[in-house]
Amino acid sequence: MRNHRLLLVAFLALALSGAYGQGLTPAELLKPPADSWPTYNGDYSGRRFSSLTQINASNVHNLSLAWATRFTAGGGGGRGGGVQIKSTPLLVNGILYFTSPNNVWAADARTGRELWHYEYPPNTGSTIGNRGVGMYGNWLFFESPDSNLVSLDARTGKLRWKVSIADPKLDYTSTVAPVVIGNHIVTGIGGDHLDNPGFIQSRDPETGALQWKWWTTPRKGEPGMETWPDEYSSAHGTGQAWIPGTYDPELNLYIVGTGNPNPVMAEKSRKGDDLYTCSIVALNPDTGKLVWYFQPSPHDVHDWDAVETPILFDGVIDGQQRKLVAQASRNGYFFVLDRTTGKRIVGTPFIDTVNWAKGFDAKGQPIANPAKYPTTDGVLVSPSSNGATNWQAPSYDPDTGLFYVGTSRSYSMFYLTDTDDHPEGWGGLDTGVGNEGNALLAIDYRTGKAVWRHDWPSGSGIVNNLSTAGKLLFTSNGSNLIAFQAATGKILWHTGLMASPSAGPITYLLDGKQYVLVAAGDSLYAFTVNRPAP
Amino acid sequence: MLNRERGALPLLLLLAAGASLTAQEPAAGRAGRSQGRGEAAAVSGSKEDPAAVGRGAKLYQTNCAGCHGATARGGVGAPDLIRSSLVLDDEKGILIAPVLRNGRPDAGMPKPNLTEAEIGDVIAWLHVQTFAAGHRTTYAFQDVLTGDAKKGEAYFATTCGSCHSATGDLKGIGSRYDAFALQARWLQPRGGRGGGRGGRGAATASARGAVTVTVMLASGQKVSGTLDRIDDFSVSLHDASGDYHSFTREGDSPRVEVHDPLKPHTDLLAKYTDADIHNVTAYLVTLK
Repeated sequence: MRNHRLLLVAFLALALSGAYGQGLTPAELLKPPADSWPTYNGDYSGRRFSSLTQINASNVHNLSLAWATRFTAGGGGGRGGGVQIKSTPLLVNGILYFTSPNNVWAADARTGRELWHYEYPPNTGSTIGNRGVGMYGNWLFFESPDSNLVSLDARTGKLRWKVSIADPKLDYTSTVAPVVIGNHIVTGIGGDHLDNPGFIQSRDPETGALQWKWWTTPRKGEPGMETWPDEYSSAHGTGQAWIPGTYDPELNLYIVGTGNPNPVMAEKSRKGDDLYTCSIVALNPDTGKLVWYFQPSPHDVHDWDAVETPILFDGVIDGQQRKLVAQASRNGYFFVLDRTTGKRIVGTPFIDTVNWAKGFDAKGQPIANPAKYPTTDGVLVSPSSNGATNWQAPSYDPDTGLFYVGTSRSYSMFYLTDTDDHPEGWGGLDTGVGNEGNALLAIDYRTGKAVWRHDWPSGSGIVNNLSTAGKLLFTSNGSNLIAFQAATGKILWHTGLMASPSAGPITYLLDGKQYVLVAAGDSLYAFTVNRPAP
Repeated sequence: MLNRERGALPLLLLLAAGASLTAQEPAAGRAGRSQGRGEAAAVSGSKEDPAAVGRGAKLYQTNCAGCHGATARGGVGAPDLIRSSLVLDDEKGILIAPVLRNGRPDAGMPKPNLTEAEIGDVIAWLHVQTFAAGHRTTYAFQDVLTGDAKKGEAYFATTCGSCHSATGDLKGIGSRYDAFALQARWLQPRGGRGGGRGGRGAATASARGAVTVTVMLASGQKVSGTLDRIDDFSVSLHDASGDYHSFTREGDSPRVEVHDPLKPHTDLLAKYTDADIHNVTAYLVTLK
């Protein structure tokens, strides 16, 4: 059955290959070539691990700049005027594709030169960030701030079509890099100020037509409704999936995290676990049907979206080879699940300041302590609403067996501001009151314990990661791009950029030579190890 | 949810610092409620005419609240208007006005007896309500003065007294800040680092709270001063005479010692109970 599916995808790819031209076949996404980075995470697993070894622990001290290019955005390309490229660039056939809100670019990976720049028309959507494009054949897909799915011709940057995926007047805004699975363009949305329903949609790559829509909270008669007081609270329970998920082709599961329930900090009208908010869910990408779920934050009241990338890898648990999925969740807990069933294998806090839970329930999910629900006079909670970690990419290295994640031991006072019996919107606020430190953690997936940690002297700790078979971990702190020895946490190389890296670094071969590329603010920087002149 | 962005934090901190300036005005209320938020902020943010909103509020209460509830969040048989897509999608009354002109007889909504001008006023008020729900900057903090000042005084004496004095550095602090700002400030005098959404935090710490650093060079020379910046690869400072010094760091060389006089505030975060916090705030507001 599973093999049949792979065969089918391969057959379709062959049959259609004439139509793809220079583009990308869906079959290539199953096993991305080394000279590509064709999806948000580089491949479906979400590991952000590259098997390339040309740049390695022995020569990374010679890593140097190949080119840097600044890009000029229009239409509100970033908050506060400055352009922030928060998209992980795709690299396909020597061309880089990347975004900021309302802007899509193509650039020549050999030179950094801009090939085309698409500007989306001015609109009132939030320009908080955009994670990038998805690619199918010669078509690119990106989500606009006012929640249109926009398809461009990758060769020219010309608009093919756009279709609305959510009503921006209801506070929806879109930042997700669409995920291409077979002939499905899987989209997610954001926005949680007006208790709007949450959903994930699959769209047709040729027309943008809706293939399926999965509500992130149950509707009448569906399982999970028992975790809400009534249909009305569930229908307004939000739970937006605003970060691209991962995909297991053998199990045919799209695994993705969902965001907080609404009203965000005022829980009076939504007693119960509030499924499937703050959950890791596994969907069949052909039907949009839920296969399993695990909820890192049942009945969340602290804005701890469980959207952080659920990384897929195989590992050995108690002597048994297992199919696993791991998430370092914003609420401060690290989870490893069996990705066939969603059953929890490991669950433990990864920062030592966590103070909001009292043990685990029968499924191994934390039990929220009601004493730490927001109050009018404030309660002190760690982590802050910004989380112990956040959307920034973690990485899993199969050679070291370590899960790398940027973390913060933050605290906030959480205040309830809406005491109505029917609170709405956020219903509360939190104010940061300090931080006991930011650190990069290398976590052993079998125990959830950090094998090594690097405490940063300053700067944000919640940053993007990339590991490679060259025994390296690339990450950042402030405006420094840094390479660590992946197994030990020793710093081997760094360089100062003109801005803080704003998206995950990627790596690829180009003309047989390995590059590391990172977006920082309005610029891309490509690095390589130069060879001596012949 | 919404995407928590690293890049957004400085802006929030700026907002926080800006808001706390207001809180430091001597005229700030003593009731423990935050200033500069609430209904007035929503009216101003939504750009509706305040006079129309005021009239609309009265008209709503008279004509609509009986079914839709006093806060427009719905009542028996009548929908929540704040979550209504018709209300949220409305611009300039194009969608709402016809409903107010004609009612919805098929849905059981009678025709309200309102003039065109009155309909405009009700719509202005409704727009303010949806704006308020959707914008955290309008949310008003409630009363934070719930603690026991006596217990707070005892806690202060044992935990804070080694650095602070009610008759010395903190004399009159209860007159300088409203209760909310005071609670934020004493918890973290340097402001809310590392997260925190929308709420105003405390102002920047005084010079007394400045972080200092000593760099010990291989030669045995020590250079000390106020920390400018530090990461794993460099450290810089201003010395007592105001001169700037910077050093490259490589691992533990040169050795660097950072001293943060406000670190005890951070170290205490793991130790407070929520009651401790409320008690200390209740005590500090009495220091007039």
